[in-house]
This record gives sequence, C-alpha cells and structure tokens, in this order.
Amino acid sequence: MASSDRILEVRDLVKHFPLNQGILFKRQIGAIKAVDGVSFDLHRGETLGIVGESGCGKSTLAKVLMALERPTSGSVKINGRDIGRAKGAELKRMRRNIQMVMQDPYTSLNPRMTVGDIVGEPYEIHTEVAPKGDRRKKVQDLLEVVGLNPDHINRYPHQFSGGQRQRIGIARGLALQPEIIVCDEPVSALDVSIQAQVINLLERLQNEFHLAYIFIAHDLSVVRHISDRVGVMYLGKFVELGKDTEIYDKPAHPYTQALLSAVPVPDPEGREQRERIILQGDPPSPANPPSGCRFRTRCWKAQEICAEEEPLLQIRPGTGHESACHFAETHDVVHIG
Amino acid sequence: MKRTSPDVLPAEGGHGDHPLLAVDNLHVEFRTRAGVVRAVNGVSYTVNPGETLAVLGESGSGKSVTAQAIMGILDMPPAVIPKGEIRFRGTDLLKLSEEARTQVRGQRIAMIFQDALSALNPVFTVGWQISEMFRVHRGMSKSDGMKKAVELMDRVRIPAARQRVNDYPHQFSGGMRQRIMIAMSIALDPEVLIADEPTTALDVTVQAQIMELLADLQRESQMGLILITHDLGVVADVADKIAVMYAGRIVENAPVHDIYRAPAHPYTKGLLESIPRVDLKGQDLYAIKGLPPNLLELPTGCAFHPRCPYRQDNCVTDSPPLYQISGWRGSACHYWREVLDGEQ
Amino acid sequence: MSDIRPGGPVFAPEEVETPPKEVSKSSKPASLWTDAWRDLRRRPIFIASCCIIAVLVVMAIWPSLFSSIDPFNARTCELATARQLPSAGHPFGRDNLGCDLYARTIYGAANSLVIGISTSVFAAIIGGLLGLIAGFFGGATDTVASRITEIFFAIPSILGALLIGSTFRGSGLGIWLVVISLTLLGWPMTFRIMRAAVITAKSQDFVIAARALGAGSARIMFRHLLPNALAPVIVVATINLGGFIAAEAALSYLGVGVQPPEISWGLMIADAQRRFLEAPLPLIFPAVFLSVTVLAFIMLGDAVRDALDPKLR
Repeated sequence: MASSDRILEVRDLVKHFPLNQGILFKRQIGAIKAVDGVSFDLHRGETLGIVGESGCGKSTLAKVLMALERPTSGSVKINGRDIGRAKGAELKRMRRNIQMVMQDPYTSLNPRMTVGDIVGEPYEIHTEVAPKGDRRKKVQDLLEVVGLNPDHINRYPHQFSGGQRQRIGIARGLALQPEIIVCDEPVSALDVSIQAQVINLLERLQNEFHLAYIFIAHDLSVVRHISDRVGVMYLGKFVELGKDTEIYDKPAHPYTQALLSAVPVPDPEGREQRERIILQGDPPSPANPPSGCRFRTRCWKAQEICAEEEPLLQIRPGTGHESACHFAETHDVVHIG
Repeated sequence: MKRTSPDVLPAEGGHGDHPLLAVDNLHVEFRTRAGVVRAVNGVSYTVNPGETLAVLGESGSGKSVTAQAIMGILDMPPAVIPKGEIRFRGTDLLKLSEEARTQVRGQRIAMIFQDALSALNPVFTVGWQISEMFRVHRGMSKSDGMKKAVELMDRVRIPAARQRVNDYPHQFSGGMRQRIMIAMSIALDPEVLIADEPTTALDVTVQAQIMELLADLQRESQMGLILITHDLGVVADVADKIAVMYAGRIVENAPVHDIYRAPAHPYTKGLLESIPRVDLKGQDLYAIKGLPPNLLELPTGCAFHPRCPYRQDNCVTDSPPLYQISGWRGSACHYWREVLDGEQ
Repeated sequence: MSDIRPGGPVFAPEEVETPPKEVSKSSKPASLWTDAWRDLRRRPIFIASCCIIAVLVVMAIWPSLFSSIDPFNARTCELATARQLPSAGHPFGRDNLGCDLYARTIYGAANSLVIGISTSVFAAIIGGLLGLIAGFFGGATDTVASRITEIFFAIPSILGALLIGSTFRGSGLGIWLVVISLTLLGWPMTFRIMRAAVITAKSQDFVIAARALGAGSARIMFRHLLPNALAPVIVVATINLGGFIAAEAALSYLGVGVQPPEISWGLMIADAQRRFLEAPLPLIFPAVFLSVTVLAFIMLGDAVRDALDPKLR
C-alpha cells in the first residue's frame, strides 16, 4: 500500500496512570502501565483488529487514539498531525476525522435526549459541517443508512432494543464523515442473533464510505471475520501483528497460540482430539510487569534470556510477520470457525 | 402458592428409573404492572448423573428463569408458576414445603453464577465463606470447616490455598473468584450443578481453565451439570445434549453432535450460520433478521415466525408442538423436515 | 438477572434491509423539554397542583379579592372578641388579639410564599450550579467547594440565621433578609445532592461519547449532566420549601424574621401555639394553608421529575 494511504500512524505510544499515595501531599508510588510502547499504522479503508484479554490495555489504547486520554509519551498522527498533542480548535477539528462506537448501547446514549438530538449533536458541536436547516434531514438520512426508521427521530433510546441502539451509536459516529472509526467491543453486549446484523452493517458502511476501522474485541472469530490485519496485545504491548491469515493460521507467539487454542470451537466433532493449550495462572499486574518478556511467567517456552532481554516486535526467522518472542515459531494451533 | 404434600425427600441413589432431575412442562410468569411477562412457557428437560445438558438461548429466552425455578430462588411474587413440575429423583420440588426445599437447595442442587464478585460477600474471608457451608449444613466446628475449605480450594486448584484461605474476595482475580464460587457450590457434594453463564465475564484463556475444571469435577463426582450459556462454542466443547430456548420455549433439543451436524429448527440453524466462518470472509454474515420477541406480547402461533425464513401461513396461527424426530431429539417447527434437509 | 425484559416497549421487528421510505417532513423536532411540557399538560396531578399554586399566588398578590377585611387596620381587631369561634362574617373565627383569622390567613400568604419559593429557588440554583461545577471538574475545585460546604453544614441553621438576621437587622431588607439567611444555610444540601448525581452521571459512556465528539465543558454540563442529575434536586427543593416556610416561623419567633405588624403563616402559627389548647383554630387554619401549599409544590416537583424521565412517560 502506498504510504499516502496511511491515515493513522502510532509510534511508541505509552500511557501510564500514576498510582498516588497520601491525601494532602500526593506522592507517586508507581504507575499502571496500561499501554507501554505500541506502534502501528492504519491505512485508508483498512480494518485493524486488536485482540487481547481484559487488562491488556486495549481499551486504554482506544481512549488515547480518541484523545480522551493524553499519551504519556509517543505519538498518534492522523494524516501526519499528532492528535495526542493537539489542543483547542485544532483538536476539535481533528476529532471530525476519528470517531468511536462504544461497547454498551445502554449507557452510551443519553437517556434524556431524543434520537434526533443524539445523532444530530455532532452537527451542533461542529456547526461548520452542516447548516442548521439541513441538519434534521441529514440525521434522518443517517438513520436510514444504519437501517433505522427515519420517522423514529423523536423517540428516546429506551424505546429501542440493544441492536437498534447500537445502530444509533453508529449513526452518531458517522455524522461527521470521519475517515477512522474506533470500535471498542461493538457487538459483545448484543444478543448472538443480533451481532451478525451489526457486523454486516459495519462492513457495508466501510465499503460505502471507505472507512478505516480499529476493531477492538475479545471474540476472536468476529475479529477474524472483519479484520485485514490483527494485533495481539498482552500487558500493554503488541506481542504479534500481522495479516489475519498470518495470525490465525500461522501464529508465532506462544500467547497467540494459547489464545487461539482456548477459543471454543462451535463444532463438537473431534473435540477430544483437539489441541488445547491451557495457560496456568492469571496475567500479572500491569503496575508491576515481569522483566524481559512480559509473557514469560505463563509461558511454557520460557528460558533465562526471556527474563533478561525484552523481545522486540519484529519479523523473526521462519515467520513472515512481526512477533515479540525469542523463540517465535509458527504453529497452526487450530482453525477456528 | 401453597401446596400441601408429604415432605419426603428422595434418598440418594434411590428410585432407579427416575431421571436425576426432570423439568416437566414448566411455566413461569411475571405479573408486572405493564402486564404478564410469560418468561417460561412449557419447558421440559432431563439431566442424568454424569451428564452435561447445555441450555442455549439469548437474553429473554427464559433459560435463567428456568434455572432459578429449579433452585427455588425466584422472587414470588412477581413470579408465579402456574403449571409444571420439577422432579428431583422423582419428587416434585414445587410441592415440597419451604423447609424441605431448603434441604435440597445448595446441598443436593447447587448453582454458580456469572458474576462471582457480587455473589461473594466482600467483608468475609473466602475461607470463612466456604467453611460456612460446612458449619451451617454439617454442624462442623470452625477449625474443621476451615480445614475443609483449604481442601476444597485445593480441589478447585487455587494455588497456595493454605496461605490464601484468609484472603478477601477482592484480593483474587476474576478467574480465581469463579473458582471460589465453584468450591462453595460443590462443598456439599451436590448431585446437580447448575452453572449460569459461568464464564461469560471471564477471558478466553481463563474460560478454558474454568470449563476444564468443571469437566474434571463432574467426572470425579458424577454430578449432573446444567450449563446455561449463549456461547455455541462452549456448548460444542462440553455438552452431551442441548436444549435451545427461544421466547420461553424449547425450540430444539438434541444430542450435541446431531445439532451441529444438522439443526432441525430454523432458529438453531440461523444461530449456527451466523457464526463467522473462514471460507465466508469478506461476505456478509448470515443474520437472523428482526429482533428478539417482546415477552409481553409474544407473536401468535410460533413465536419465531416473524423472523423465520421457513414461515408458512399456519406458523402464524398454530403453535408447533415439540415434534419428536428420534430418541432424544425434538424440534418445535412445523417444517422441521425441510430445515433438516436444508431445503428452503 | 437480565434474562427477562419486562420494561419499556420494544418495537415490532422491522425489516432491516428495507427501511420505510416515506419520511414525514412535517414532524416537529422534539426535545426533552418540549416533550416534558407536552407530557405535563396531560398529568392530572400537575394540573391540580398548578391550580392550587395559582390560587395561592393570586391570594398573595391581591389578597383584597378574597377578604373584605383589612387585617392591617387595627380597628378590625377587638380584644373583647378574642378567640371567638367562626361566625357570620368571620368564617375562621378570631385570633388571640381578636383579629379576623380568615383575613390574616389570606394576607399572610404573600410573605410565606415569597420566603418559601424564593429560598427554595435560590438554594437550588446556587447549590445546583456549584454542585454541577464541583462534580464535573472534580480535583481541586471539588475539594475547595466541598470543604466550604462542610463549613456551612456545620453551622446550626437557626443559630446562623439568627446571627445574620440580628447583624443586618437595620438594613431595611425586610423579609429578603430572611430569604438571604435561609438561602445561605440551605444551599449546601442541594450542593451535595447535585454533586453526587453529577459524579454518577459523569462516568457514563454517553458523556465520554460527547467528549469524543469534541463537546465543550458547558455542553457536557448543561446538555448531558444537568438533565440526568436534576431529578433528586427538584425533589429536595420542593420538600425543603415547606421547611423554609416553617424556619421563617422559628426565626420570627426568635425575633429576627417577619415582625408584627407584618403577617405571615409562620408568625401566626408561632403566636397561636402559646394558647393552642384553649384555642386550636388560630393555629390550625394557617397550618392547613401551609400544608396544602407544601403539598402542592411537592406534587408539582414529582410531576416535573417524572416528566423529565422519558422512561416514565
């Protein structure tokens, strides 16, 4: 892909949340290293899936990308401009280009605003996007685009089901015609039969408006379906990044392999023979991550070097994509889905 | 609802020909101000020792309400059980007195919940909470109870159980808390264990640990396990047989292999087809159209008809019975033959 | 257990693929406030309480419409007829000084209503705004505002009002002095409630979504937080209204509130309680008016609160 297609460039992104002690005189005693050195690019019209378990920092990453949190260090460049350092009018203008769809359709819509007000709010904030007289028409068009009845513009969120509310949230995200949409677990709160509807909608919108998605989810089969590339996060870092086929068919990092093998396969045939890597224990605390490789405390391949030297995210011998393991080795664990 | 009946509790292992637990034509309604919510409309299923029954359904399908009715933990009112039986080793639990019911609840039929953090009391140590089962039900002393608690924590594979027995719930991770919940539920060697979405709040790697633990415990003690879930993957991994629920009814039941190979109800078929598949990448996912039903106003006839691709005129008027397809296999669809053959 | 959803209506399944075409251009844009107003007009409780309040307001502004006797005219009082029971021309009877009780009750409405309503409104606005700001900005702003509130909380209200009242007695502010001193002591309650409600609302996803859209602080505070935090403040403000009218009575009794020859219900109740056992009526009539007023405002507050919650419509 040509570099001019690159609309988001994340470099060495770090977000630490200080841990303070004391009431009057606060003293920093440590930090939660939620995101600890993440770099990636996103191209126009592309979907980058980000998977990882709770506490791996994927939601914090989304917040930093959205400039809802300031990065501790590193940069988030949208079309070459750093949103992490932008302020005031510039930040507001940059926000038009990156929007989000949130996880919980029940809390992400203001219960005391009508659907028209919710979807139209972007135009009230960015008054230059649509003249006042056009806004209502634009909101109705948006509702139609996401498959809702435009006549329902005067209704309130509680009058809609979860899937319909998620559509309202998507319409709000589309209003400013952004190039990037960050989807933070957009379907995990929905019923199984509704998830497919919303995923289809997201894919249709991507084609129609040439959107780039950052698609954060813990459901690996959904991420595989929608993503062009996938990044696997563990304790604030990417441990593996590559094309969807590379990650799912030729995972090189032991954590990715364990993660893939742990996903239950919706097919009982041969379930007794299936290879399953069951990790022991829980992820360590991001306030005090292990030295060297962060995964070594749960890894069956760990050697001395893993404690001493941090493996960098790079293409390793015998693998075609980036992974952060001294002993990276591709291994087709299981075909999911 | 007052029922009078002898407080006879079935003996363990007795009544050879009765299934361990049988739910028979159970109905549960919630009488709310907005109207009567028909949460469960004639559900029947059985579980035998050592068997895993997966109850699959979305929110509002009645799967959890059925489990709560078995446990006797429904708030009545607003809940009412107008019809049906829940037979534990042949004895209808709904006819037992509250005292006799208490003897069953927690001791012979136990339940674990989705949210382990809110199910544990934050101000007592986990050891205290586990040993409480023994003190209350078995009259053990504090020190004996604590010893049993350590044993149980070992059994659910909590590392360093002896050191951690005096820790509080918040000091454990989500997966460890779910293990503590499991320890409490198996403390008194129940014969039936109901697991209501036990891993939904957990990460996949931890989910795999917990499911493995449940399978091991079941193998050791030959419990009957009712696994309530919405996850088709988890079901395929562990279940022996499946009951699929929709709008308070069982729409399909079958041995696990049959249902994945050839579903006999359009809803099950739709769910299976909507799972993202490798060979269909880049294409639209199959999506069941429409929305789950409003329990206050269930559709007439078959509750699934507004969303069903197989719908014919009689689906709108006639509610399909659970057609017997073969031994332990049934489908509540007038056109199960067509669904099974894949015709549309 | 969220397994059943008996709550709000869920629309009938719609064909997602083919959204209806006819877009009604005529439908007027709705907003929380216009919808609330439309809903209020249909609520009998709202209409009833508004009628009562309207009558009281007319009574306060033009008391002579209701009573031909002017209670400020000393000649209408006759000590000889003190504590006379209701009779023709004196429907409520006479008070301890032989004045017409009905006329005094009517004329007392003005002071009591002004004090009750103004104090409630001022306390709600001051406490509400400060609570909104403290809850929204948090940090040092919140710490400073909360400590100041605690200082005000620590002052026993009557003592504080007594202090303010006696210090500025000669200032010519009249009943406004009572309003000011009660407001100063009443706002911390609203502050705390508003602050707590704002902090709860602030952590909700829709506020994060608004920030991601680029919404400024003012928009987040007034479009998103205020409507979601207003309900408890309205309830407390209307309940406190009665308390303020009663507090005015206590202050009058202690000599810093409304002073004779001015009339207020509080003052009347304070006067009458001394001889309550001999003559209960001079206490009962103003007390009934006071209760009806408070009840009307509480009903109004309830109706407004419900109308502002779309889920309850």
